[in-house]
Amino acid sequence: MSLLVPLFIPFVAAVLCLAWWKDRRVQGWLSVAALAAMFVTALQLLFSVRAEGIQVVFAGAWEAPFGIVLAADLLSATMVTVTALVGVAVALFSIPAVDVKRESFGYYPLLNLLVFGVSGAFLAGDIFNLYVWFEVMLMSSFVLLALGGEKRQLEGAIMYVTINFISSAIFLAGVAILYSLTGTLNFADLALRLGDVPEKGLVTLVSMFFLVSFGIKAAMFPLFFWLPASYHTPPIAVSAIFSGLLTKVGVYALLRVFTLLFVHDLPYTSTVLMVLAACTMIAGVLGAAAQWDFRRILSFSIVSQIGYMVMGLALFTPLAIAGSIFFLLHNMVVKTSLFLIAGLVHHVKGSFKLRYIGGVYRDHFWLSILFLVAALSLAGLPPFSGFWAKFILVKAGIEAGEFWLVLVVVASSLMTLYYLTKIWNEVFWTNEPEELNDPEPHTPGPGPLWLMVLPVVVLVGITLAIGLNAEPIFDLARETADQLLGRDAYIRAVLGR
Amino acid sequence: MGLLLALITGILYSAAIYMMLRRSLAKLIIGLVLLGHASNMAIFTLGRLSKGNPPFIAEGATAVVPPYADPVPQALILTAIVIGFGIQAFAIVLIKRVYQETGSDDLDKLQTADDTLVRILKQIGKKNA
Repeated sequence: MSLLVPLFIPFVAAVLCLAWWKDRRVQGWLSVAALAAMFVTALQLLFSVRAEGIQVVFAGAWEAPFGIVLAADLLSATMVTVTALVGVAVALFSIPAVDVKRESFGYYPLLNLLVFGVSGAFLAGDIFNLYVWFEVMLMSSFVLLALGGEKRQLEGAIMYVTINFISSAIFLAGVAILYSLTGTLNFADLALRLGDVPEKGLVTLVSMFFLVSFGIKAAMFPLFFWLPASYHTPPIAVSAIFSGLLTKVGVYALLRVFTLLFVHDLPYTSTVLMVLAACTMIAGVLGAAAQWDFRRILSFSIVSQIGYMVMGLALFTPLAIAGSIFFLLHNMVVKTSLFLIAGLVHHVKGSFKLRYIGGVYRDHFWLSILFLVAALSLAGLPPFSGFWAKFILVKAGIEAGEFWLVLVVVASSLMTLYYLTKIWNEVFWTNEPEELNDPEPHTPGPGPLWLMVLPVVVLVGITLAIGLNAEPIFDLARETADQLLGRDAYIRAVLGR
Repeated sequence: MGLLLALITGILYSAAIYMMLRRSLAKLIIGLVLLGHASNMAIFTLGRLSKGNPPFIAEGATAVVPPYADPVPQALILTAIVIGFGIQAFAIVLIKRVYQETGSDDLDKLQTADDTLVRILKQIGKKNA
């Protein structure tokens, strides 16, 4: 299976959606079918990459390092697979949940283009190409965020667009310095040539440009304030796909550049990443604990979870990187499902504000069970997937002798449990507050409820499955980590030497 | 020439940051435009300036004759300009809509910041008043 097939399926779907502009139902089901097909082909790609090694496509048959390269190693293939999974779940959820007004103004084409941009970023083998894919993804996300034109959305979009433009400008400046140092843009070629650059200080400097740029995209401390200010403004389906994919692209980019390119000054970069990871975890959970809106709690919680992923990268041992990758996979699934559950609660109770809702456990027992599984998984309780993700990271931290970092992990996990308990108490456990109405009225989506429940059940089921049978996923994460740390395989696959 | 371009890049960066730190939405857009230009100038300058032959291989030859200008940074800038143009166009439409919705050009009037924080600050303000 060529890596171009899963990449271009969402693009073709977006074009076809534009052809059926007037028929929203066709657009919706076309997107679901396309993203499901993308998931199947991405899974095939993952199996073939695992069996036969890294796959490379040279655009226009220009050999690396002269042409643009798309490369699928284990990390890229895994990420594309999970992206397709999140995409198909959100597309299915959108059919009943997203209102007619948004659907008639290109919601589905944008959703497909967003998935296209994200997958492209995962497969890019060239740093400038990565920038271009970032912009494809960002442009779709800008419009998705502002689509509908509500006042809150527009205000959130201003901040989101500005911060992402700044991040892109920093990225470009980093590319400029990198190009002037090495004269190449290809990842594999850069990895070889950066070793020979005499100005080691400049290489470290340029690595910090990328750290800041990707740190903004991944919502790392102290660059995360845009996320809780914008993620709760669009419809919940959009929040869900943003939470599942966008920040994770930032984490992926960090994993890529700090394992492949900037490995010459590990003591320095690792220390910086470690401190930032710890601060991100703490700032995120404290923010989440202070909030009283379902979506805002989850938004801050995205931030704190990014800290765990960066922590694995900072420790820079095979086990730690494997922990990061495991955490990334687990988090993309669980976070999306939690946002979708928030959407379901909103659908049945009419609000996201914790004070205005209650009694979900009594009225909708199975919905509470879904939340409970996803929440306990996020908090890291056995036997769910989050437990193994955190267990691997803690074990790696102890092996590396960074006990203070382990302490931060455990403390922030406890706080995670606290804010999830708060949601559980206020939304599911207490009685519904009487004579309290959310001042912001909502328009419930038109479609049937079972269509909204199905993707959530699938995602929660996957969390449970990973939790009960973690071995295969851990093996995959471990192989991926070994491939990332043994950089030669990637370089050889792209450059052929 | 290199020094001049470096100075221009620096001025563009500082002007962009100054404009973005203002409270006005319109000035924010000007800041974003300048920031895009600054990055492009940085790529151009860092891509090594050289006067000389065009980067074409003459008929019968196998390589370009140095000194020649590197075409790659210019290709990068071209791409970045196009992408930046698209984003700036979107941002201008966005601020127009925000202005229509809120009737204000003042960034501080937007409720994007943390609602809870704003509420707490207001409460503190009331207590002090």
